[in-house]
Amino acid sequence: MEERVVFVQGNGACVEGALYAGLGFFAGYPITPSTEIAEILAARLPRQGGRFIQMEDEIASMCAIIGGSLTGHKVMTATSGPGFSLMQESLGYAIMAEIPCVIVNVQRGGPSTGNPTHVGQGDVNQARWGTHGDHSIITLSASTHQDLFAMTVHAFNMAETYRTPVILLLDEVIGHMREKLVIPEAGVLPVVDRLRTAVKRGVDYHPYLPREDGRLPMSDFGGDHRYNVTGLYHDMWGFPSSNPKVVGSLLNHLVEKIETSVHDITRYKERYLDDAEVVLLSFGSAARSALHTVENRRRRGDKLGYFELQSIWPFPSGLVREKLRKARRIVVVEMNKGQVTAQVKAAVEKPERVFLANRIDGELISPTNIATILRIIQGKGV
Amino acid sequence: MGTRDFIRERFFPHMWCPGCGHGTVLNCLIRAVESLGLDKSQIVMASGIGCSARISGYVDFHSLHTLHGRALAFATGVKFSQPALTLIVPMGDGDALAIGGNHFIHAARRNIDVTAIVMNNRTYGMTGGQYSPMSLMGDCGTTAPMGTLERPFDAVKLATAAGATFVARTTTYHAREGISILKRAIAHKGFSMVEFLSQCPTQYGRRNGLADAPSMLEYFKTHTVPIGSEKAQEDPNILERGIFVDEDRPEYCESYAAMVQKMAPSSGDGGAL
Amino acid sequence: MKRPRLKEIVINRDWCKGCGLCIHFCPHCVLEEDAEGKAWAAHPERCTCCRLCELQCPELATEIIIEE
Repeated sequence: MEERVVFVQGNGACVEGALYAGLGFFAGYPITPSTEIAEILAARLPRQGGRFIQMEDEIASMCAIIGGSLTGHKVMTATSGPGFSLMQESLGYAIMAEIPCVIVNVQRGGPSTGNPTHVGQGDVNQARWGTHGDHSIITLSASTHQDLFAMTVHAFNMAETYRTPVILLLDEVIGHMREKLVIPEAGVLPVVDRLRTAVKRGVDYHPYLPREDGRLPMSDFGGDHRYNVTGLYHDMWGFPSSNPKVVGSLLNHLVEKIETSVHDITRYKERYLDDAEVVLLSFGSAARSALHTVENRRRRGDKLGYFELQSIWPFPSGLVREKLRKARRIVVVEMNKGQVTAQVKAAVEKPERVFLANRIDGELISPTNIATILRIIQGKGV
Repeated sequence: MGTRDFIRERFFPHMWCPGCGHGTVLNCLIRAVESLGLDKSQIVMASGIGCSARISGYVDFHSLHTLHGRALAFATGVKFSQPALTLIVPMGDGDALAIGGNHFIHAARRNIDVTAIVMNNRTYGMTGGQYSPMSLMGDCGTTAPMGTLERPFDAVKLATAAGATFVARTTTYHAREGISILKRAIAHKGFSMVEFLSQCPTQYGRRNGLADAPSMLEYFKTHTVPIGSEKAQEDPNILERGIFVDEDRPEYCESYAAMVQKMAPSSGDGGAL
Repeated sequence: MKRPRLKEIVINRDWCKGCGLCIHFCPHCVLEEDAEGKAWAAHPERCTCCRLCELQCPELATEIIIEE
């Protein structure tokens, strides 16, 4: 398929990225503002040898894609806050059983039913700690449709590489606004395919014994190797075990396989950080307003810098500390009450330099809002 | 291929209590699979959480030990993404009809080709004997010390109303009937539900006057009759056994495949809406 | 169909948990409880190879082997 240019919603760009990455099975349930992802895939997937199913609720959707992943398919579901809450238990199962899958959360105003047709970015911490128990998770974000396409492919690549669920944290503004998207030719963006075991039939296959490089080759259900998959702590063959050594090493493996790969997972964008005195740090649709503010002020000679997080979890503390070392002030622009701000404060040496510029009333934070808050922060009054 | 080839012998003796009916369900299941001559590598067993759910660890198939109540949702994902596989989904009565009720009725409505086995011991055994949606009114459980105030589901009617195209009930006393029903259920193309009354002497029997396995099976023997028997009409405590529904309607995966045939391949028409 | 002739009643004592089902329901009282509470074939000569014990056993411990 050669390069194509389309004019799509963000939800559509996410679909194009998923298909580019080799999505084979999608299960979902209608919820504003992510329903378009399901609608488009209902039409597109069957035409491309893939399968689409609408399940009875978000719990069933998340469970179904885990089943689909185990037969060797790249899988995805898409939802928003309330559905994401319902998916937490099975998300934890996918973490424990190390099942590659992608979960798109097109955020809306929360909590609860909240503000369904309006924007919010309040699910950041839920993406990290929504499911119970110690664990680690990968969560990506994007502020333009071209980036969203790339981050969707990156999400599938990280899911396959680390045999883990990956959360694509979008929001209503990105999801619904239309923008130009250039869909590259096949092969332009790297795509990581499912790593399958080379162990022959009859020879002992260990589904949960990592290779030296840490990768865990899989074996499709229906294939040569009959093993067990469970949400219980399990041995290298997948059978339940509560042996303390097994439990301890498995939990450490589940966390460390991601936390020690922050460098490989992390994606970000930056502008003017070399001489920036005030840096706007943001993600998702808020980053569009932050970038606009930085470009405006730069034209007027102000030394503003821009730093966009495209991977929120695992939080790149080292990178943030390094990149913002010289900044006198760091202003986190986000549409919640400071969830990323807290992470930035923990990452940098002088947390008192970190400020929050937010908007939590369901409207997109605008360059004007940011400008007003910057003046307050810089003590010039409103 | 003897019966032993279908189990993971290294895990025996299994973890169920002495006299637990779930062992008999396992016994009947592997004999049904053996007589169908199925290839072990084409069978996926998805189970939920609870005593019944441990059955997936004992069979030498692809085994998927899922979440409480969610086995049918997982199984739908496995089957729908790889229709060549045979899906067997044993669940407890609470697993299938309490927390799992929503997935139960929708899997039946979809008529997806999986075999749901409700291992009905009328209790939550693993957690120590609480009453379940299948406990008989007045049954005692640790959370119904004075006897439950609730009527159980009629699992046969529930599955039938939801759209299951194969519905049967049997008991662990009637093992031979159980084997033949499981055979037909697995072979059936569409959603099959088999309610398998299974004794739990330890958590249910002790609290309801049936303290050992033999007395529980005597109860199954005397309180179930073949479909159509007079006794079932006269006494509501007598349940009918056998195959209630066995009809052919479009199976979900096949309907999907047929639909895909009719759709023009993606012409890269600019794609997204 | 020629009546099957019993060759051997095999009871895996490691798996048998002494639940008593086979003893209770054997139509010809072939099986009895031993000192450890486990089933054993006390009267194999009475066995008609109906396999009820084999099919009903929750432990998969019993196997009726018939003459070929």
